[in-house]
Amino acid sequence: MISIQRFFKTVQTEKFAYFDNINTTFPDPRVIRKINEVLSSRLGNPSSHIHSAGVAAGRIIDEAREKVSALIGASPENLIFTSGATESNNLAITGFLKANPDFGFITSNIEHFSVLNQVRSLRNDDIDISVLEVDRYGLVDPEMLEKALENNPSIVSLSIANPEIGTMQDIEKISDICHRHGSILHSDTTAAAGLIEIDVDKMGIDLLTLSAHNLYGPAGVGALYVNKNIKLASIFEGGNQESGVRPGTENVPGIAGMGEACDMIKNDLKSHEERLKNLRNNLWKSLEESVRFINFTGHPEKRLPGHVSFWVEHIEGESLLLLLSMNGIMASSGSACSSNLKAKDEDELMASHVLDAVGVPSDICSGSITLSAGRYNTEEDFNYVKSVLPGLVEKLLTMSPSYDDYTKNKETADG
Amino acid sequence: MDKPFPYSEIVMDHFANPRNMGDMENPSAVGNVGNPACGDMMRLFLKIENGVIVDAKFKTFGCGAAIASSSMLTEMLKGKTLEEALKISNEEVVKALGGLPEAKIHCSVMAEEALKAAVNDYESKEE
Repeated sequence: MISIQRFFKTVQTEKFAYFDNINTTFPDPRVIRKINEVLSSRLGNPSSHIHSAGVAAGRIIDEAREKVSALIGASPENLIFTSGATESNNLAITGFLKANPDFGFITSNIEHFSVLNQVRSLRNDDIDISVLEVDRYGLVDPEMLEKALENNPSIVSLSIANPEIGTMQDIEKISDICHRHGSILHSDTTAAAGLIEIDVDKMGIDLLTLSAHNLYGPAGVGALYVNKNIKLASIFEGGNQESGVRPGTENVPGIAGMGEACDMIKNDLKSHEERLKNLRNNLWKSLEESVRFINFTGHPEKRLPGHVSFWVEHIEGESLLLLLSMNGIMASSGSACSSNLKAKDEDELMASHVLDAVGVPSDICSGSITLSAGRYNTEEDFNYVKSVLPGLVEKLLTMSPSYDDYTKNKETADG
Repeated sequence: MDKPFPYSEIVMDHFANPRNMGDMENPSAVGNVGNPACGDMMRLFLKIENGVIVDAKFKTFGCGAAIASSSMLTEMLKGKTLEEALKISNEEVVKALGGLPEAKIHCSVMAEEALKAAVNDYESKEE
């Protein structure tokens, strides 16, 4: 096993421009130290709360609960640890509807699969469901939401930011509308947490999903904030852990790591947010000028710091991703071809539902690219992308029969 | 190659250094298959003399597997008679590439279809 120091050294000496922070971040060295410390502390099961090894484990969870809550302006007693965002999203929506069967469910057509796919199981339970269509920037129309809420109170699940296209919703306005109609708002903040300031009271979020590995913590742990006035039912049968809402022995090292990550982020969130906003605007402008046939996705201003997403006419997303990777730039794609390379057959290669929802034309677009930076990305990383990306696009254009046809048609049209 | 990639080394080599990529002046035959909506599109050019493929070139819009399949096909075609060429199946392209992920087999099928389309084009011109 290579040490962390060596790992970071390799990362810095070879070209390693990591722009896939939206899918996962690297645990911070402080987080890793904390996890190691906890793992080697001979801790008991937190439920064995009489002997000292069990008490010590319980205290580590308490401490982490305080740190994670502090990042989102919540009280520790309103936070439940889970195995990650997928579980938090399921617990928030299905768990809420189990305890409040008179409520409806409203979401948008660009939500994560862990939210959208619950529609299928909830339909069987006769829940009133609406899936709102976003506009071409990926924004939810407040009027449409208002209309959907007219009939009966609902749990509305809308993420603050979309990972693929970077668009950020006007979440305060959305929560106002929800509350005026006696409804509640769940927000998956996996993509946004750690990049922008989040405050559950200020934003009016009643249920909030957090994922540790998206904010420099370990994978396999997440949290759900639950407003104290909201009743949730467990979606698993089990013991009394996490107030009985989330049974199962706690992932103590993971929880400790998440706490450490949140504590670290809270200290300097604002400065990274500003820095990444500027670097993003700069990259956007540069690519706009240097990459032919580029089409940006998502909202130009209401978007995540450090997030630039686009597609390029006449070239396919996966081949650009591969070329980027060969040049040490790691990005992600909503491309039909690469989204499910491990699929059993080509029928499982589906175009991104998000691109589809924002009206990206499937006849000329074959995959988008998402560049998502985080706190470790330097200005040098951004400059490197600026210098490399246009040439890679040109390389693929020279190979593209679609580009040939375009040029020939243009020549004919121009006479 | 020192970095890990999702494809075999041969696929990555053909993707990064495609053989026979480009246009051909006065081709004897052209095969067009696919379209951008499907995520891939291939154009195969053949120069045929006395029933033998003396040159093959391609242009491809598509993923890594599509570009590598096109490149490999053109290598396999050169020097073959039309009759021999038509016996090349997509499985042989996959084998020559050191394998393709299940979900990408259709890329090799596209290469086979481009070849058939080119031969059809040639035969229709001959008639």
